[in-house]
Amino acid sequence: MTLIDLANPTRFLSLTARLLPWLAAATAILLLIGLYQSAMAPDDYQQGATVKIMFIHVPNAWLSMFVWGVMSLAALGTLVWRHPLADVAAKAAAPIGAAFTFLALVTGSLWGRPMWGTYWEWDARLTSVLILFLMYLGLIALWRAVEDPSRAARAAAILTLVGAINLPIIKFSVDWWNTLHQPASVMRIGGPSLDRAFLIPLLVMAVAFSLLFVTLHLAAMRNEILRRRVRALQMMQVAQSSQRPA
Amino acid sequence: MTALIALIRRDLRIALRVGGGALIGVLFFLTVVVLMPFAVGPDLALLTRLGPAILWLGALLASLLTLDRLFMADHEDGSLDLIVTSRTPLELTCAAKALAHWLAAGLPLVIATPVLGLLLNLDATATSAVALTLLAGTPALTFTGMIGAALAVTLHRGGLLLAVLVLPLSIPVLIFGVAASEAAITGPVSFGAPFSILCALSLISFVIGPFAAAASLRQGLD
Amino acid sequence: MRLCGRGIRCVRGGREVFSALDFEASSGATLAVTGPNGSGKTSLLRLVAGLLTLAGGTIDLAGGGAELSLPEQAHYLGHRDALKPALSVQENLEFWRDFLGGETFDPAHSLAAVGLDHAARLPAAYLSAGQRRRLSIARLLAVRRPVWLLDEPTNALDAAGQGLFAGLMNDHLARGGLIVAATHAPLGLPARELRIGGAS
Repeated sequence: MTLIDLANPTRFLSLTARLLPWLAAATAILLLIGLYQSAMAPDDYQQGATVKIMFIHVPNAWLSMFVWGVMSLAALGTLVWRHPLADVAAKAAAPIGAAFTFLALVTGSLWGRPMWGTYWEWDARLTSVLILFLMYLGLIALWRAVEDPSRAARAAAILTLVGAINLPIIKFSVDWWNTLHQPASVMRIGGPSLDRAFLIPLLVMAVAFSLLFVTLHLAAMRNEILRRRVRALQMMQVAQSSQRPA
Repeated sequence: MTALIALIRRDLRIALRVGGGALIGVLFFLTVVVLMPFAVGPDLALLTRLGPAILWLGALLASLLTLDRLFMADHEDGSLDLIVTSRTPLELTCAAKALAHWLAAGLPLVIATPVLGLLLNLDATATSAVALTLLAGTPALTFTGMIGAALAVTLHRGGLLLAVLVLPLSIPVLIFGVAASEAAITGPVSFGAPFSILCALSLISFVIGPFAAAASLRQGLD
Repeated sequence: MRLCGRGIRCVRGGREVFSALDFEASSGATLAVTGPNGSGKTSLLRLVAGLLTLAGGTIDLAGGGAELSLPEQAHYLGHRDALKPALSVQENLEFWRDFLGGETFDPAHSLAAVGLDHAARLPAAYLSAGQRRRLSIARLLAVRRPVWLLDEPTNALDAAGQGLFAGLMNDHLARGGLIVAATHAPLGLPARELRIGGAS
């Protein structure tokens, strides 16, 4: 019965089993290189050494939005093609995306502390990330609230797409709101043309974190597929035991 | 068309006949406004300055709490089964239900605003500005909230989840609703800019809301 | 007109309820779906009504209206009555007549046919369970559709009510309609049986 449906995921499992060790190694290497380069980068004349938090904060902020994009693609896969791997991909990505968003918030807060004197400022960028975090949590709550996995996948897919449409609107609104109430944000990375000394470590860290996402995502997808297999086996067991004569 | 009118009429009839009807939402709105001075202090100048914000928050929460039953009641008595499979496109049906809900729950809030404005010592300009922005913005709250109501229809503890899902999506409406009100009161930004964005948000929700809600209802019945 | 299903597969909550199910029902005939609890009788009706999606197989209505889908030509009478307690008996029926559209009849006549005309102005909340069932049956009379999908139709009805409903079903069949009914109890009219689940 459902074992036939998991044929495609079986190929996925064997493929990722071979791929993951390499991905993990590449991620680790790139992260090390990135961190070294970040440490070696010069201090900002204004912010001192604390500007280097940017090398973690900015990639995490990019990834928080990128992961929602990945989930949106998976959502299309669920709604349009009803592909079982799409369900798994979406479900596995949500907590990882939430974690990246949370890291972006924490590093953003630590970055701003020396300048603001407080751990939080309602500036446009951080506020947008906070709202995104709330949306991630709401999505995870929806995943957990619906019992049946395929129904949960479809409900989550609709919410993901609605969220994707709303994110630009929310970003625009928050920017607008911020310029209305506050002077210009103090969290500037250094203007439109980033100095090469900052740009290269930033890009390396961005790629490293992206690889980290891919590695974690594939691993989480494997876990989810295995979890579903266990559930299917358990249900078969229940069905068989109820068919046996009392 | 007859079908949609029949649906709107039915929903309005039920809303007006069942326990409190439209007045419950207004009562909640009043309660929230009354709670504010206890939290913030009775300083009238402060309350006036916060006035548009308090009224908007009250309207937002009042809308949210009544959205819970939008589809739930029909789901529980089996009407939703018949509505989803009828000849009328489900998107139009959802839009009709949202319209009925706004007429029964959102519009009374707008009408109650002048009275509540008195409690916050808002002058005529301020009150009419807030009322006008609520008139333009509460439809957006209903049509966006409908998506959460449709997603949560089959869940028994849907109320809180609905709020968590819908509130982030309602933030732009809140921002521009309050901004437009304050622009009318104090300037420096003109009233027109945020108000037209508010209207645009409502119009966008008229399209996205019914489509997303219809899709959610269909998958929810499976 | 013929309603037939071939190789139908139903999956609910990750569990396969039944597979490779075939059935057929023609105009003027009744198909009684029987089987133990949980075997999928309600699921089969909901599949035909368009409320569940098929996990496999096909369901077709041959000889029906060309532009209308199967759900749009069928009445689904489920466990729940689809009635609003706050509306009167007549208002409930008028709403469904207006909303479902198509070939419709005077609600007053439909109410009389099920013996509820004396209660037309009463709020539906005042009705007993049997009367509520009759009111939802009246919906099948107020809007005429060729296919009737009935889930335990005689559930809350007393003997008189069951006799009444058997007569209404016969009228429907005489007009060329067809009926698929899931039931534990005998329907009171000749029917072919489709047994799902349990020992064959």
